[in-house]
Amino acid sequence: MAVGKKDIECPPYAEGTPLSDADIKQKKVTYVEDHPDIRYSWTAGQAISKFLNGLKEGKILGVKCNKCGRVMVPPRMFCELCYKPIDGWVELKDTGTVETFSISYIDPDARPLPEPVIVAVISIDGASPHMGIMHILDEVKPEDVYIGMKVKAVWKSEEEREGAITDIKYWKPMEG
Amino acid sequence: MVAVVGVGYSGFNSTTPDLSWKEIMYEAAVRAYTDAGINPRRDVDSFVTCAEDIYEGFAIFDEFVPDQLGAVVKPTCTVSGDFLYGVATAYMQIRSGLADIAVVEAHSKASDIQTFGNVVKFAMDPIWLRNIGNAHPYYLAALEMFQYMSERCLGEEDVARVVVKNKNNALLNESAPYAANVTIDDVMASPKLFDPMKKMEIAPLADGCVVFVLASDKVARELTDSPVWVKGVGWWSETYGYDTASLSAMYAYKAAKMAYRMAGIANPAKEVDFAEVDDRFAFKELQHIEALQLAGKFDSARLMAEGYFDRDGALPVNVSGGSLGVGNLLECTGGQKALEVVLQLRGEAGKKQLSDVETGVAQAWRYLPTHSGAVAVFGV
Repeated sequence: MAVGKKDIECPPYAEGTPLSDADIKQKKVTYVEDHPDIRYSWTAGQAISKFLNGLKEGKILGVKCNKCGRVMVPPRMFCELCYKPIDGWVELKDTGTVETFSISYIDPDARPLPEPVIVAVISIDGASPHMGIMHILDEVKPEDVYIGMKVKAVWKSEEEREGAITDIKYWKPMEG
Repeated sequence: MVAVVGVGYSGFNSTTPDLSWKEIMYEAAVRAYTDAGINPRRDVDSFVTCAEDIYEGFAIFDEFVPDQLGAVVKPTCTVSGDFLYGVATAYMQIRSGLADIAVVEAHSKASDIQTFGNVVKFAMDPIWLRNIGNAHPYYLAALEMFQYMSERCLGEEDVARVVVKNKNNALLNESAPYAANVTIDDVMASPKLFDPMKKMEIAPLADGCVVFVLASDKVARELTDSPVWVKGVGWWSETYGYDTASLSAMYAYKAAKMAYRMAGIANPAKEVDFAEVDDRFAFKELQHIEALQLAGKFDSARLMAEGYFDRDGALPVNVSGGSLGVGNLLECTGGQKALEVVLQLRGEAGKKQLSDVETGVAQAWRYLPTHSGAVAVFGV
């Protein structure tokens, strides 16, 4: 597997022939630029509000459905498989298992990142199998990450937490 | 034949700080499934939602649909348009034999949008329309309004009367957050925000969700003794620009023609008992009444003044309170209108119930800055 920082250029024949910045600046292409100012404030709702407020307290909360027996995270007010209201809330551990991961080298604008970002899907201990959240891993070398690795949440300090998914800074390997 | 066998809604409210849009959808869907007596996990063959990504604030909205509708691992698709386009889509799926039971959903969580004016501007051609001046784009409706008033020789009172009727009708609607006991003097005194258009002539934004369960006639007769039939559906688009369109609601005229033909309605003014039309700007109600052929070209304002479209008039229009009373529900606008038509036809419209109604029309425009819209005819 390709790991660590590396040369991410493709050979030119595989990249195609792009317009250069100079082509654009010289107005070889006629274009109009616009930067719309569009803003939203999404109401988190019953389930996610409680989840986010839990994060602020350093807790990961899930919900359970007594019909299918699943413990679900992130929480929702209804079980989407049984299509009925959930039956209660449970506090989960802040530890879990890496289900899958990717070592990502470029940002959304396709510019190289100074350090690769390790994105992982983490199933949370105490939730049903394969239920969890997508987050990032740190304090680990890319080449040392593996599917099945046990990880633990690294939280922001209590004063810094604001009730957002980023209250967990990242996940790191559990020792031992 | 295709029937409406279940309806459910959530709202309508000016803001919904306690629920997410997913939770609003779940609430409306559970009510619709309970009303229809079905289990979505077992009984529904197809789910159609109507949404516009820019109203939601995230892309590929269809991906966010299944969970709250009971549609996980089921056929699901999203129509980028009003609820009535979704009714047309579900109608075709059922008539083609693809589905026996299809669900249609649309919602508005307009209170999540902080910059609604810029969202509307985002629908304007970015190269040569969007950046002309920096006025709120509601002026687009005022441009059309002034031309309409001038062509029909209307006074300001003629448009103001629509607001008086609808906001007062809304007083009988428990789900109409903008209901108000207003007089024509109140409306005339309302500030002109986009001369000649007054503030009270603009439907404020609202939140809510509508879900319908549609079924083939065979299944409908098994599920209910009182199906409401989808007699006709139609949709139509003119052209996109304010500089190229006719500004005469051709979209509503042509969509209605299509729906009336399917419904076998030759003389709408006589055969339609009541209508819920798009009144998100008050003048649009007059224009749409005319386009739906519910009144002659120069008659709609005169008839409005005579009380012809009042709830106790000969042809009640917007007995629900319309969008002026309920609020602008974005892509759910046609949903609120179709809901009112179905409830009236079932005799379940509560205090606002009309007597002796058998055929009703719901119409929705795709809102600013479009010249598109859809119509559905329902009957018992």
